[in-house]
Amino acid sequence: MERASAYENDLNLKATELRLGLPGTDESSEKQSLRNNKRSSAEMDNSCEKNEQESSPAPKAQVVGWPPVRSYRKNVLHQRNESDLSGMFVKVSMDGAPYLRKIDLKVYKKYPDLLKALENMFKCSIGVYSEREGYNGSEFAPTYEDKDGDWMLVGDVPWDMFITSCKRLRIMKGSEAKGLACL
Amino acid sequence: MSEDEELPDLGGGATPNSNSTVVSIGGGDQNYVSPGPDQVLENVLENVLCFLTSRRDRNAASLVCKSWYRAEALTRSELFIGNCYSVSPRRVTNRFRLIKAIAIKGKPRFSDFSLLPPDWGAHFAPWLRAMAISYRALEKLYLKRMCVRDEDLAIAAHSFPILKELVLVCCEGFGTDGLAIVARECRQIRVLELMDSVIRDNEVDWISCFPEDVTCLESLIFDCVEAPINFEVLERLVARSPSLKKLMLNSYISITQLYRLMIRAPQLTHLGTGSFSPLEIVAQGEHEPDYFSAFAACKSLICLSGFKEIIPEYLSAIYPVCGNLTSLNLSYANISAEQLKPVIRQCHKLQTFWALDSVSDEGLQAVSAACKDLRELRVFPVEALEDAEGPVSEVGLLAISEGCRKLQSILYFCHRMTNAAVVAMSKNCPDLVVFRLCIMGRHMPDHVTGEPMDEGFGAIVKNCKKLTRLAVSGLLTDRVFNYIGQYGKLLRTLSVAFAGNTDLGLKYLLEGCPKLQKLEIRDSPFGDSALFAGLHHYYNMRFLWLSACKVTRQGCKEVARQLPGLVVEVIAWNEEENGTSEDVDTLYLYRSLDGPRADAPRLMVRPSLIMLGKALFNYRAGFPLAALKISPSSCGFHALAVEPSPAA
Repeated sequence: MERASAYENDLNLKATELRLGLPGTDESSEKQSLRNNKRSSAEMDNSCEKNEQESSPAPKAQVVGWPPVRSYRKNVLHQRNESDLSGMFVKVSMDGAPYLRKIDLKVYKKYPDLLKALENMFKCSIGVYSEREGYNGSEFAPTYEDKDGDWMLVGDVPWDMFITSCKRLRIMKGSEAKGLACL
Repeated sequence: MSEDEELPDLGGGATPNSNSTVVSIGGGDQNYVSPGPDQVLENVLENVLCFLTSRRDRNAASLVCKSWYRAEALTRSELFIGNCYSVSPRRVTNRFRLIKAIAIKGKPRFSDFSLLPPDWGAHFAPWLRAMAISYRALEKLYLKRMCVRDEDLAIAAHSFPILKELVLVCCEGFGTDGLAIVARECRQIRVLELMDSVIRDNEVDWISCFPEDVTCLESLIFDCVEAPINFEVLERLVARSPSLKKLMLNSYISITQLYRLMIRAPQLTHLGTGSFSPLEIVAQGEHEPDYFSAFAACKSLICLSGFKEIIPEYLSAIYPVCGNLTSLNLSYANISAEQLKPVIRQCHKLQTFWALDSVSDEGLQAVSAACKDLRELRVFPVEALEDAEGPVSEVGLLAISEGCRKLQSILYFCHRMTNAAVVAMSKNCPDLVVFRLCIMGRHMPDHVTGEPMDEGFGAIVKNCKKLTRLAVSGLLTDRVFNYIGQYGKLLRTLSVAFAGNTDLGLKYLLEGCPKLQKLEIRDSPFGDSALFAGLHHYYNMRFLWLSACKVTRQGCKEVARQLPGLVVEVIAWNEEENGTSEDVDTLYLYRSLDGPRADAPRLMVRPSLIMLGKALFNYRAGFPLAALKISPSSCGFHALAVEPSPAA
C-alpha cells in the first residue's frame, strides 16, 4: 500500500529500476507499528496487520511526502544544519561587493578549482596559498567560517576536512587577512 | 479564512444579454424610450447588488431568477476560483464582465509533498489569455499553487495596466526575469507578495527595475526568493516608498543591512528580517549598529518573521517591539527554550506564533504562560524524520491548552502524543476552528497507554463545535471516522494519512459530514465500496484525493459513469499497453462544468495519468460519439480523448 512514488526528479528512475522481488513491494514498506505496539492489545494487533505488507522489521526508510513538511522549509533548515544531499551550498561574500553569492562546494575537487571559481565569480585575483605566508601579496584572500564559528584561511586544512566544516566563505582584502594565516 | 464554494450551475447557465423593453409613452418626443418595468427592476437590482460583497451571498442572489443572475453577473467585481479546472476561463469571462480582483487556486495541497508529477498542470496561461482580453481593468491577482511562467508575468504586466496587487503563493515556473518585468512595467503596483514559491535565479537584478521615482509600494514580500539582492538599490527603493508597510526580506540580507533598511522605514507594520545574522566577522567589542534602537523606532511593528539564519545572540534586539507584536514567526529559527523565554515572556499581545520544535515543551510552557491571547500556533519540526525522539510532545500541547484558552488554530508536529492531552485541549479550547496534529511516526499509538488515538480526535470533533478543518495522524481505527461522521457537522477540510481499517471508515465520513469540501486521504485501506458511499455528495465538494488506497480502476470508472459532472483523474503505476491493470495509485476527482482538461501531462515514463470524465461515458447514455481516441504511447502514457459529437 505504501509506495515510494518518485516525483522528486523528472526521470522517475525508480519506476524503471530492475530489482528482485515481488511487484508491488519495495523497501519503503514499514514496520514502525510492530516496534511501538509492545503494550498493545491483541485486538489492535489485528487492526495493525491489515496495514502492513511485510512481516519483518525493516530499517526505517523515508516515505515520499511524509511527514508532510514542504520541501522549501526542509531545504532552508538543512542548509544551515548540514549539507544537502544534492549539494553543499555555502554563501560567499566579498568585501565591497553588493551581492552575496552561493556556491556548491561539492562541485570542486580541490582548492585550486575552488579558488579559480571564486576569482571568476568575483572578478578578483586571489593568488596562491602558501602555508607560511597565507595569501600574502594577493589583493584578496579567501576565508571561511567553520563549524565552531572560527574564521580560517582557505587552504589551512586538508580539502576533505574543509568541505565538511565550511559554513560560509568571505573574500577579504589581503591586508586584513594577515592575522589569520597559520604560523 | 473559510472558503465558500461556487455551486456549479449544472443546468448550463444562461448567457447574460441585455433585456430592455421599449415602450413609447404618449405622443411626445418619439426618440424617448422609457425603460420597461423589467429594466427598471434590473437597474434597481444592480444598484443594490453593488453592496453585496460576500461571494456566498452573491451566489445565492444569482440563483433567484434570470434577471437576478444577469444583474449579479454584471456587478460582481471579485472572483474566487477554488479549482482552476472546475470551470473554463471562457465560461467565466462570458458570465462576469467587470472583474477587478481574481483569486485562482490550482494544484491540490498534497502536491506540496511531491505526490504529483511536476508537470501535472494548473497552468496560469489559459486563464491569462482569457483575462487579457476581458479583464483589462484588473487590479488584484492572487494565485495559489499555479504554474506561472516568466512570459505569463510579462503578458500580465502588459495586459493589466492598472494592476495594483500581485500575490503568488506556492507557485512555480518563473524566475527573477519575470519579477524584473513586473517591477518595471506595473507602474501602479502597491502589493507584490511572493510566498512559499519556488523562484528561479536568472541572475537578474530585478530590484533595480522598479521605477526611479517615488513608488506607491505598500507591501513587498520576497523572503522566498533564493537569489542575491542588490542591497544599495533596495535601500534606495525603500527610501522612496513612503507608503511601505510590509517588507519581508530574503536570507541574502544580513542583519547589518536590515538595520539600514529599518532606520529608513520606521513606519513598517510587518517585517521579515532576512537572515538575522551578520555578513562579516564581528570581533568582540567591535562597533556594531544599535539594532535595539532600530527596533525601538518601529513603533507600529506588529508582525515579525524571517530569522532565517539567526544567531541567537541577536534576538534580544527585538525586545522593544515584543509588547506590541500580534504575530511572531520564528519557524526558521533553531533556538532553544532558554533563548525563547526572554522574548516570549514580553509578548503579551501575541495572537499568532510559529516556531520550531527546538523550543521544546519547556518553550511551549513559556508561551502558555505569557500569551493569553494566542489564537494560532504552529510548531514545525527541525528534523522532519519519523524516527526521532523529538523535543515536543503531549506535555507542550497540554501546556498550551491550559494557558491559551482562546486558541482557534493549531498545527503541531510531534513524535509522541497521548489521547489525554488531545482530550484536554478539546475541553480547554472550545473555540478551535482548525486542529491539525501530525504525529510523525506512522501508526503511532498513544505512547502512554498504547491505545489508538481515536478517543483524542473523537473528543476534538465532539467538543470543538466550531471546527471546520481537521488533520489526523497516529494509530487510528475506523472508530475515529465514526466519531468524525457523527460530530463533525461543520467540517469542511479533512486530511487523513495511514489511518483506518476498512471501507467503513471512509463511509462514515462521506455519509456523516454534510459540509465536507476537501477530503485528502493517503495510504489508508479504503476501497471502491467506500468510494461509492460518496456519490450523493461529490458534486458538493471541491475535491476528493485518495492516494495509495484500495480503490480500483473499475471503481473509479463507475463513479465517472454515474456522475458526469465530475472529472476523475487517475494516476496508475504498472500501466500495461492495453490499460487493463486495476491498480490505482492516485485518485483525484473534482466537479467541473467543462469536462476533462486538455492539458494533462505527457509523462515520459510510467506512471500514466488517465482522465475519466463525462465525455467518455456519454455513449452509455445514448449519445453518439464522433470518435474515440485511445493513444497508447511507448512511454506508457494513455490519453483518452473524446471528440464531442455534433448532435450532442
